[in-house]
Amino acid sequence: MIGSQYIKLVDTGSIPGGIHPEQHKIESNSSPITTLPLPTTLWLPLAMHLGTPAETTVQIGDRVLKGELIAAAKGLVSANIHAPTSGTIQAIEPHAFAHESGFVQPAIALDSDGLDQWRMLEPWSDWRSRGIEAVIERIRLGGVTGLGGAGFPTDVKYRNSQAVIHTLLINAAECEPYITADDRLMRERADDILRGATICQWLLGAKTILIGIEDNKPEAIAAFRAAAEQLQVPIELAIVPTKYPSGGEKQLIQLVLGAEVPQGGLPSDLGIVCQNVGTLAQVYRTVELDEPLISRVTTVTGAAVSQPGNYQVLIGTPIEVLLAHAGVQMAKADRVIMGGPMMGFVVPDLLAPVVKSTNCLLVPTKKELPPALPDNPCIRCGLCEQACPVSLLPQQMLWSAKNRQLDSALLHSLNDCIECGACAYVCPSRIPLVQYYRYAKGEIRQENEENVSAERARVRFENRQKRLDREQVEKEAKRQSRAAAAAKALAAKTAAEGKAGSETNALIAATLERVAAKKIATNTGPVGLSLSELAAVAQASQEKFAKAAGRLTEAETNAPEMVAALKKATGKLEEKYLSSEAAYQTALAAVEIAAADTPKS
Amino acid sequence: MSEYILLLIGTVLVNNFVLVQFLGLCPFMGVSNKLETAVGMSAATTFVLTLSSVASYVVYTFLLVPLSLTYLKTISFILVIAFMVQFTEMLVRKTSPLLYRVLGIFLPLITTNCAVLGVALLNISRQNSLLESFLYGFGAALGFSLVLVLFAAMRERINLADVPKPFQGAAIGLISAGIMSLAFMGFSGLVAG
Amino acid sequence: MISAVLTLLLLAAIFGGLLGFAAIRFKPEGNPIVDDIDNLLPQTQCGQCGHPGCRPYATAIAAGEAINKCPPGGEATISALADLLDVEALPLDAEHGVEAIRTVAVIREAECIGCTKCIQACPVDAILGAAKLMHTVIAAECTGCDLCVEPCPVDCIDMVPVATTLRAWHVDKPGALIATDKPPAPNASHKSAA
Repeated sequence: MIGSQYIKLVDTGSIPGGIHPEQHKIESNSSPITTLPLPTTLWLPLAMHLGTPAETTVQIGDRVLKGELIAAAKGLVSANIHAPTSGTIQAIEPHAFAHESGFVQPAIALDSDGLDQWRMLEPWSDWRSRGIEAVIERIRLGGVTGLGGAGFPTDVKYRNSQAVIHTLLINAAECEPYITADDRLMRERADDILRGATICQWLLGAKTILIGIEDNKPEAIAAFRAAAEQLQVPIELAIVPTKYPSGGEKQLIQLVLGAEVPQGGLPSDLGIVCQNVGTLAQVYRTVELDEPLISRVTTVTGAAVSQPGNYQVLIGTPIEVLLAHAGVQMAKADRVIMGGPMMGFVVPDLLAPVVKSTNCLLVPTKKELPPALPDNPCIRCGLCEQACPVSLLPQQMLWSAKNRQLDSALLHSLNDCIECGACAYVCPSRIPLVQYYRYAKGEIRQENEENVSAERARVRFENRQKRLDREQVEKEAKRQSRAAAAAKALAAKTAAEGKAGSETNALIAATLERVAAKKIATNTGPVGLSLSELAAVAQASQEKFAKAAGRLTEAETNAPEMVAALKKATGKLEEKYLSSEAAYQTALAAVEIAAADTPKS
Repeated sequence: MSEYILLLIGTVLVNNFVLVQFLGLCPFMGVSNKLETAVGMSAATTFVLTLSSVASYVVYTFLLVPLSLTYLKTISFILVIAFMVQFTEMLVRKTSPLLYRVLGIFLPLITTNCAVLGVALLNISRQNSLLESFLYGFGAALGFSLVLVLFAAMRERINLADVPKPFQGAAIGLISAGIMSLAFMGFSGLVAG
Repeated sequence: MISAVLTLLLLAAIFGGLLGFAAIRFKPEGNPIVDDIDNLLPQTQCGQCGHPGCRPYATAIAAGEAINKCPPGGEATISALADLLDVEALPLDAEHGVEAIRTVAVIREAECIGCTKCIQACPVDAILGAAKLMHTVIAAECTGCDLCVEPCPVDCIDMVPVATTLRAWHVDKPGALIATDKPPAPNASHKSAA
């Protein structure tokens, strides 16, 4: 241990603000991870990751094996979804989804056949020789997303060829109270995590693997030391004091490296890539063992749970199944929170499944987490500003958000708020500050989208106006040119007439005769169409009218709601038929008269 | 030199035209709802005040005094000020139609701003020289602008806060202005005269 | 006495002359404020404000018209206009319509007869089609102005409300109760969304 060549302890800095709520870790971190028995039905929502929802690649009735692809990633920022167990696809339909809005989402229902049969696996123990591109693609194929809570598709972080990365920062902080999934994972599978970290370090070409971990996890720290020694992987350990929210990505970077991620920037701008321990363990399993992301460790805790602890859960397990297994007493339970007490949300429907980002299910009793009392007016004490880890001005953002002054809110860096809830935790008036900020952020996003579509509509409108004006001008020009040509012709004609004299009169008479003869020959009618054409038009409109009349009678019996519309249409077609028939008759009569009148030459 | 600096400090802080001498309160209350508008108004008033202060002095010294028509000073100064304001209005309309639209009636109301006429008349009663008139006018405008901008910034925040119903709007504004005035009293005695 | 009058006349003449010169020199051209106002309007070109499009209404507002005549813009637009022009934010004038939920036009294709009347009516060219060919509304471009519903001879156009998607949803402004304290609804009715 003394002077180990593989472990280097580094000093840490500090972050402003932060709070120290009661940790409540002991309830669930004392027992090892246990695996849930196979559920009967699993629901896999297509939108359980950040980015574009996946597209189904199976159909109802298909039999799939464990680990088989059932929905494919669409686009760059998206993730594949795999069958967590073998079975039959029972349905693809909207189903309960764990989200604040309570909306249902399209999901694939998988009935397990109890066999838990894997598909063909292709382990890569020689992943280094496969090339960086291939390994990144394998991570994508395995549907690996961030397991820390956000669900960002992991492979995207490694596709940034511009950035030069010097440090892979492992986020082992797990600062939120109650959650212990990462803690147990580190204690039991630190070697998997380090193996995954080695892969990621190689992908990035990073010099250092730096682990940021809180000092309330001594067993996990010991596990990392042991694993680093055993696997001979050099690591740097930054043990940070326990404070919420030191586990936020930007906060951890500031804490262990003393550098602040620039506003609107990414950690890669500073040469750092940050990954959660669970994600790294999964990267190892996907790259080396060819296991896609089909299960995760979830903490189930709270006073209403009789067996609190960490469970290895298949993705898609209905929440109520997991809660029943963990011995949740629904009568004592006040609500079911997905996530922790600071940043979690109430699950609207317990039929919703566990998804890739479900790190914790917290089931408190009313006494443990009492419902919020109504808030009081702001007393301007400034405690919120002291608690903010990003050094923002929560009070000013509150005034702006409350009065919907969105420009003012943006001016106070609303977009930099990480929604940790430290400000609301300390507020003596119990004001729900984070809800105001989320409301304001939503309004800003909505307004931006509306502005974009309004701009598009304006451009289309203006183009249309231009097009109509242009058509008008062209029509006018054509009319002018036609009038000019006609005037010219008339002038030429009168000039010719003036010169010709009586000779012309005979010529004119002859021309007239020729024209009349031609008329008869081609049976020209008054509208400029030949008789045969008029007959065809009349015939066609009669057929159309007959068809429409037929449809109308049919609709009167089968589809009464269409009757009114069809009557209107039929009426119009009837008019058309009658007028075209009349035109034909008139033309016919005119031709006969013309034939009778033609002078015999 | 130092006396000119003292004159300036005296006019801007010690004998602030708005908060100590209580002149020009109309635009002070009327234009202070938004900070951008207040800044625009300050610029316009500074322009008018400074120029009319100098112009009034010139008209008085080189026209009215030689002709012994000093009793016409009030009406002549009003003519000067009205000209300045009209000119400023045209300028603002040309350079920033939005500001023109937003200031609305308060732009021509600078004509009736008692601070402007007050400065012109005070220049005469204090027997200021040309340079002193310029500095006096400029200092008055500076003091007006300072206080207007401060007050507008405060009012923007007050408008977002939980003010009790009977106090909302101009009421809390006037109370705040009174407290600001109390604060500015702290400068009294700093500069003699 | 006479000298006083002459002096004043002289002053007035000088100033009047200078002002006249200034009036010509500083004559304003165009009206850029209309652009700023137009940028705030929702561009549905529906005509509910009484003007044939958003730009004419923007011009009218610049000339002094009331800012509360735009139902598609709703309260948000009225407050933005009030902010820009530093006037009072009046409530929406009910005479011109009420702020309704966002809708898009949908053509019932089975009934469409291909007359192109709706295509000619659409102010943003959001309807695709040609004479005697199927017409269809490009939903992404439709602003919901419902000018196409009237001209249709077979009455086959519906105005369908746009459902909120998961991506577009956001929390409401907090009232007395915090959102996370709403009681959960296990196995309760499902709210639908795309």
